Amino acid sequence: MEGYNPFSLDGKVVLVTGAAGGIGRATAIECSKLGAHLILTDINEEGLKVTLEQLENQEAHRYIIANLTADEEIDKLVGEIDKLDGFVSNAGVTKPAPVKFVNRTDLERIMSINAMAPMYLTQRLLRKKKFWKNSSIVFTVSIGGVYTTVFGNAMYGSSKGALQVFMKNVALESAMNGIRCNSVNPGMINTGLVKSGTYSEEDRQKDMQTYPMKRYGEPREVALGIVYLLSDASSFVTGHSLIIDGGKTLY
Amino acid sequence: MIMELKDFIENFSAQFDDTDASEIKAGTEFKELDEWSSLIALSVIAMVDEEYEVILKGEDIRNSATVEDLFNVVKAKV
Repeated sequence: MEGYNPFSLDGKVVLVTGAAGGIGRATAIECSKLGAHLILTDINEEGLKVTLEQLENQEAHRYIIANLTADEEIDKLVGEIDKLDGFVSNAGVTKPAPVKFVNRTDLERIMSINAMAPMYLTQRLLRKKKFWKNSSIVFTVSIGGVYTTVFGNAMYGSSKGALQVFMKNVALESAMNGIRCNSVNPGMINTGLVKSGTYSEEDRQKDMQTYPMKRYGEPREVALGIVYLLSDASSFVTGHSLIIDGGKTLY
Repeated sequence: MIMELKDFIENFSAQFDDTDASEIKAGTEFKELDEWSSLIALSVIAMVDEEYEVILKGEDIRNSATVEDLFNVVKAKV
């Protein structure tokens, strides 16, 4: 059975957003090791270069800088893409604040990056027929907002809830075209988003104890779930949410 | 921006619902208050962002014992 690998992404062209760091970068690295040809995008060029340097088979990949909250930049990105076998939407931001402090500036920024940007990009890619049959879309959602409710998470949670619902609608409407759509729903993962500072190290240590596995996850542990959903190993899986949370939602 | 301790105490106290504002003074060790919670900590961080345009970190709250300690942290960042 030498060479048998149902998780192979050999020759698949995969677009990854939010590829300058965190789960996006880890996803790009794992996909490259499994033979994918990557198109990386982010607003942060320095981060994209660092990601690109870490990929296997470097000449097979490229990056496109884009601010996905701007329609013209989405159009430009879509225009530079020929056909895709996979699309992974990762870009995300957060700003914890209690409901009493929800405000237009923060809410619109969070909604726009976490929910509306992936919705518009997906819409454009589908409308412009950029997917081969037998292709796969994966949204990085979260357990937050969808399966867990915590203090200060109203804005982020609402954005992820919106994306989760959108994912199912894409799955339903694209199934007959051979395009699958799923999400990964991570618990806390050690990325810049988690280390951003509103919570102290002590808060984080305490929070980790609420995870049955007593730790936060690593970006690669989410990336490998994304690999499964991109690969032909999940060829009959659509509209599914893969929870990757060290058991957090068991409680 | 000239930042007054008196106003800061008022803004700080407004994050509490069951604690009378008269109980909260410059020297109050706020984490000892019965009503203090992680939600109020988040509210204080959000209030400081809104009123003073200063982004506090969780560590800033952790390292401050009294209301005046926190005032000084905010003042240094304004």
